[in-house]
Amino acid sequence: MAGDPQPLRAYGDRRDDGVIQLSFTLPVPLSDKAKEAARQFCAKLGLVDVKVAAAEPAADHYTFFIVYARADVSLDYAEIEVPEMVFKKLDFDELNKLIEEKIARRVVVFGACTGTDTHTVGIDAILNMKGYAGDYGLERYPWFEAFNLGSQVPNEELIRRATERKADAILVSQVVTQRDVHKDNSRQFIDVARASGVKGKSLLLLGGPRVDHKLAMDLGFDAGFGPGTKPSDVANFIVHALLRKMGKEPQDLHYEGEPR
Amino acid sequence: MSGPFIDDARVAEARAIASEVIEPVFDLIRRNTTISVERTVLRLFGMSDAGPGGIPLTNLMTDRLKAAGVLSRGAAYWYGRALQLGAASPLDAVERITALPADRLKPLSAEMEGNLREEVRREAEAAVEELKRRIDERDALRQEFPMSPPPHKYVIVATGNIHDDVDQARAAAQAGADVIAVIRSTAQSLLDYVPHGATTEGYGGTYATQENFRIMREALDEETRRLKRYIQLTNYSSGLCMAEIAFAAAWERLDMLLNDAMYGILFRDINMRRTFIDQYFSRRICALAGIIINTGEDNYITTADAYDSAHTVIASQFINESFAKRAGLRDWQLGIGHSYEIDPARPETLLLELSQAMLIRRCFPDAPLKYMPPTKHKETDIFFSHAYDVMADLVAVWTRQGIQLLGMMTEAMHTPLLADRYVALKSAAYVHRAARGIDEEFTVREDGKIANRARFVFDKAMELLEECRTDGLVEAIGRGHFGDVKRSETGGKGLEGVLEKAPDYFNPFLDILEGR
Repeated sequence: MAGDPQPLRAYGDRRDDGVIQLSFTLPVPLSDKAKEAARQFCAKLGLVDVKVAAAEPAADHYTFFIVYARADVSLDYAEIEVPEMVFKKLDFDELNKLIEEKIARRVVVFGACTGTDTHTVGIDAILNMKGYAGDYGLERYPWFEAFNLGSQVPNEELIRRATERKADAILVSQVVTQRDVHKDNSRQFIDVARASGVKGKSLLLLGGPRVDHKLAMDLGFDAGFGPGTKPSDVANFIVHALLRKMGKEPQDLHYEGEPR
Repeated sequence: MSGPFIDDARVAEARAIASEVIEPVFDLIRRNTTISVERTVLRLFGMSDAGPGGIPLTNLMTDRLKAAGVLSRGAAYWYGRALQLGAASPLDAVERITALPADRLKPLSAEMEGNLREEVRREAEAAVEELKRRIDERDALRQEFPMSPPPHKYVIVATGNIHDDVDQARAAAQAGADVIAVIRSTAQSLLDYVPHGATTEGYGGTYATQENFRIMREALDEETRRLKRYIQLTNYSSGLCMAEIAFAAAWERLDMLLNDAMYGILFRDINMRRTFIDQYFSRRICALAGIIINTGEDNYITTADAYDSAHTVIASQFINESFAKRAGLRDWQLGIGHSYEIDPARPETLLLELSQAMLIRRCFPDAPLKYMPPTKHKETDIFFSHAYDVMADLVAVWTRQGIQLLGMMTEAMHTPLLADRYVALKSAAYVHRAARGIDEEFTVREDGKIANRARFVFDKAMELLEECRTDGLVEAIGRGHFGDVKRSETGGKGLEGVLEKAPDYFNPFLDILEGR
């Protein structure tokens, strides 16, 4: 995996200057002493050339700081390992055609915002006709059959409904993340999926603003999708994962960027 | 100026159609009550405690009466019966009523019935007077410490712990906030009771309880005196306990409530009949208490597309206004809701947003209006997000919004950090200061994009209103005309809590609130 070392530092306006910006609040009134505290706080973070650019009275007993400083840390980019989703991304028509030719039936997808979460914005963006940022939702794909069960759906119900229709993929959206409720609920989903035998049969996908692929994999999902995910990303992942499962696509296809 | 764009006669016609649209619903409201309306009646009599296991006394009593099949005569009547049995306290009343076997709940002689009702009515009148006295206290504080000029800058706190909320609310007030909203714990709207006491554990927000209201209002009264500027407090009168929350808010001197005639139906899948009946009683309480309601049309365009469905917002606003007027609310109490939600990837969105906001100002010239920030197309790039919010600040001051919920740069990420509110408040204060009066300096051309778009949206809203009149509101909701969400009259949660009133149904508060 690791080739030549690739030392990496933050980039401000020239290579390896290490300049970063950060902002934070300290629960003290604005004063020269507060500014000095902010400077020392940044020094303790290991930052050098600390410039407290702004110190704002966010409230009587809170000061908001904007700081520029240099971080002398450096790391080797070549040693970074992240499991990446690799697939060849196709556009709307190409993907529908691929399903028609190689799967030859509609791909069934169930999704819901499960647990106590009432926020359907994520699952709606991926599944609903309209989609997100000009990218059509799965309902719009003629070769997908997408069911959006909405919010506050118990994990058990999502799995039951999806199993009845032999879903190819089940999407769980988790928007509320206070006290890590999204992780607890996602773990519970995986427990139910294991118990019902659906894990390993249907693809299990997790999405949300505080979700990434690694977290989802750690929790037991097949993939995770974070902020900025487009419906076409999810659609592509599902189709290619299905094809790999069916042995109709090699394991080493690579993501080739946005289709033109 | 926010245009004429539309003839006065057409605006009046929209209003007239809306009032016809809601008329059939009032038949339903007159004939039925709900378990939550009855619980509110008991709360108005002072029954605010919880019994063993934290279950509110009001729930214990109404559940018992419902199980015995006698709640349809009205909780007020049974409260009177409990008094007659010698109840010394609300808990005692509940215990006496729940201890009675069903056959002891039979009618009394006509004379005894009459005396009982007379006595309960007098008690209800005294309770309303006491409530009014508390409202007067709030109004006196508002007089002593006037608010900043509108748009009133509205921010949300949502820690889950009322005491942490207080710290954040004080900080926000010090940073320039005019209105503090304590967002509710996730899914509270689906609870068929109001939790009791001060709470420190909530998800995505803090439980709305009467005690939490009291704690927060007390803190904001202190900040009002310190800052010499009245700070308003708002919460959510929605879900299965609309009227109970309205009562608790009125009693604890809140200034505003999110309160929408259809929101629960569409976005929380609460039964239609339940919602229509509950909203009426809750709005009657708001009318008495001088509470400004905030309607929820902004939600339509977080589910449906803001450009394509702009007319549904307008049509719903006329319907919401009509429901509100029928419940006795006055124009200054109508925080008609809308938002800055058109996809920013489109061209000319500032013109489109101005058009929509100006149209709403044109249709509701005397209402404060409640403007919501972008949320749906927010990005986790906080710098872009901040610029995006600032555009909404400009539209808000340009179109003289009464209440503006400020966008947070971290909208798509987490509940706002203290500094997020500060940054939003500082920028909004700047934009409001910089552009105040801009509407008087620029006249919008009647043949331009803004006016034409406004006329187009208004015409489509009229078509939808006419469709609602022809087919009925229930049918229109069933077709998914509002927010792209389809609901049926007998679907959703809480239908089992709807009861047909008995011929001798008794609710002295409804009589008083309706001015009878």
